[in-house]
Amino acid sequence: MLVPNLSSPRMSSHTYDEMTGQDGGIRAHYSAFANWLDNTDATRIAQKREEAERAFHRVGITFAVYGENSHSDTERLIPFDIVPRIIPADEWEVLETGLKQRVHALNLFLADVYHEQRILKAGAIPAERVLGNTQYRREMAGMDVPGGIYAHIAGVDIVRAGAGEYYVLEDNLRVPSGVSYMLENRKMMMRLFPELFATRSIRPVQHYPDMLLENLRGVGPKSVENPTVAVLTPGAYNSAYFEHAFLAQQMGVELVEGQDLFVQNDTVFMRTTRGPKRVHVIYRRVDDDFLDPLAFRKDSMLGVPGLFAAYRAGRVTLANAIGTGVADDKSIYPFVPDMIRYYLAEEPILNNVPTFMLYKPKDCEYALANLADLVVKEVHGAGGYGMLVGPASTAEERASFRERILAAPEKYIAQPTLALSTCPTFVGAGVAPRHIDLRPYVLSGTDIDLVPGGLTRVALREGSLVVNSSQGGGTKDTWVLA
Amino acid sequence: MLSRTANELFWMARHIERAENTARLLDVTYRTSLLPYQPQEPGLAWAEPWAVPLISTGGATTYYKTYPVLAAENVLRFMILDAGYPSSIYCCLRAARESARSVRGAITSEMYEDLNGAWIEMRNYDYQRLQGIGVSEFLDWVKMRSHLFRGVTFGTMLRDEAYHFIRLGTHIERADNTARILDTKYHILLPSAADVGGAVDYYQWSSLLQSLSGFEAYRKIYSDVITPRRVAELLVLRDDMPRSLHSCLKLIDDTLEILCDDHSKELRRQAGELYARLHFGRTEDIMRYGLHEYLMDFLQRIYVLAAEVSARFLVPTY
Repeated sequence: MLVPNLSSPRMSSHTYDEMTGQDGGIRAHYSAFANWLDNTDATRIAQKREEAERAFHRVGITFAVYGENSHSDTERLIPFDIVPRIIPADEWEVLETGLKQRVHALNLFLADVYHEQRILKAGAIPAERVLGNTQYRREMAGMDVPGGIYAHIAGVDIVRAGAGEYYVLEDNLRVPSGVSYMLENRKMMMRLFPELFATRSIRPVQHYPDMLLENLRGVGPKSVENPTVAVLTPGAYNSAYFEHAFLAQQMGVELVEGQDLFVQNDTVFMRTTRGPKRVHVIYRRVDDDFLDPLAFRKDSMLGVPGLFAAYRAGRVTLANAIGTGVADDKSIYPFVPDMIRYYLAEEPILNNVPTFMLYKPKDCEYALANLADLVVKEVHGAGGYGMLVGPASTAEERASFRERILAAPEKYIAQPTLALSTCPTFVGAGVAPRHIDLRPYVLSGTDIDLVPGGLTRVALREGSLVVNSSQGGGTKDTWVLA
Repeated sequence: MLSRTANELFWMARHIERAENTARLLDVTYRTSLLPYQPQEPGLAWAEPWAVPLISTGGATTYYKTYPVLAAENVLRFMILDAGYPSSIYCCLRAARESARSVRGAITSEMYEDLNGAWIEMRNYDYQRLQGIGVSEFLDWVKMRSHLFRGVTFGTMLRDEAYHFIRLGTHIERADNTARILDTKYHILLPSAADVGGAVDYYQWSSLLQSLSGFEAYRKIYSDVITPRRVAELLVLRDDMPRSLHSCLKLIDDTLEILCDDHSKELRRQAGELYARLHFGRTEDIMRYGLHEYLMDFLQRIYVLAAEVSARFLVPTY
């Protein structure tokens, strides 16, 4: 049962499997695990899988919205698969260097577009793509942020295609989530199968909360020696609430909602039982629009009136900064390699997926003629919604997308359909290959750092390329080998 | 600690305690309703046993908006299962669980799992199922879940600020509820003045004692017939009776001593004053003043104290 069924009809010959090579042999970095899987009793594995599910439920590592009147169990569990995604040391080294380079350039880009706009003046990126972007926050123009860092936490989505080469699919620079699953998955694997870790060749990730806290404390307002950090959540009904509570608890800082904070003389305070207590750094998991009803959406109940003024005055640091969306927008994504060349004078280490920008008539024409082969995405879409996967689409779906594209081509991009790599995964019938991606979490503060690994998401439906948890995705532990 | 966190913990504790005491109140009503009873004047609905829980919890107006007539089944539906009446047992458990969920980091996982379990069970009850297992059995279940949660709290929680706010909530609610349950006797009319001290009177007092877990204690302490004076002494002034007003106020006063700093002198004073009234109070003074009047005055004072706690710690106005 351990050898993945490579003859599945969906599996075309150019899909890269993480564990098994084209010749059917086990790749070297998977050999120890494959051995273990071979020699471990199937009943024990089944037992352990059940144990994992029970444990996740009890601890309440849940996701999705809790419905007030619903009797159904709406606090859902993200399925966890016990076959790890393993990355060999040399591959990780490339990924790590490439990620640091990329996030470094993205932060320089953000600092630039909110100040001198050198890159626009140099013509490396069309100015109207940036300044006319709904994600560009005029309020941030000319404002300095500590260390010039905008994206303190970046979740960069990476996939691997047919020949085994890595691509960056998306830079998430607003409020990327999922890191709690990375941590809980590792904890679960160590608890279920401690013998797998006995060789001590798997690099640890559990220090992420410490790194995050250090990182946040390093970007406090000037002249504050011992900054107080808080995590700002939209509240218990938010789909990622578990993660917010988890990170606050792991860092040993307060988890606050908008109503817990107030601003006086451009200074942010928490309401505590011992009176007001000043907050210096806010790791906010609330979107830009909802942060401050005085500066942004007036109907926001989640924000803190006056927060933006305090931020502008340099009395509090927000992580991530406001306005980072202009750098991870899908219409800006095609320019990231140019940013790296422009700011760092280096060649990009990580590949971008070739992208057609449908506001360009030629690109649009090509895309419309080849809808069946392409993936079409909304520029501002997220979560795997508003997306057409050409090869898996019906003629009606393509016709409807064609109309939507013609009505507003600037709202769409198109990319070739990547044959995402697969990883063996437990499914109803046994172990079978399923498509995966990878989201490492890059922290920027006084320096740029990341823990070895990230969150591996897996599309549990056969042949599906959509790994998002809202659409039937699961997760795996990610091992970077020492 | 965040004021919101303290507020959620305080109300989590109050809601669990309220669910328990609502169960106690319904229990005494249920027992009383089994005694022979003839209305003195037809139409005097408020004198019915089933009107008592509505009057003493202040829910009568809300009740009559939904239910046109006073009937045992309706009162049980209203006070146990009504998802629209905030003091129903259903709503109390839901609110307690929601509070716990929103401040999970401040309580132990055992506490959350216990409360979550109680709520999941509660969700499965409808009137039919309630009848199926029997009203008394269900009310015992509610009391038991409350005992269990208190035990888990006591046995697993760090003695930090969070713990003290939970204790504060529990005892403020209990003081209020004990006073209300004790006052129910005032509302249950006896068939005639000649029945004072008679059999029905006796049964009413003894079921009231039982509902407050005081029957066995009464027997142990007094070894004598049940008299209103002694019941009042037991449930108001005895410091060794865990549901008495005196016991509650002692715990409230002690807890506030831990929680208060120099900025909360007025709160300390109010709690100390109320505690002193019970600590140094005399039964004969209470009886002379009138038990009902005394309890009404107490309810007002505990209300003011809770409001002061709220303004000082939980929902600060700065």
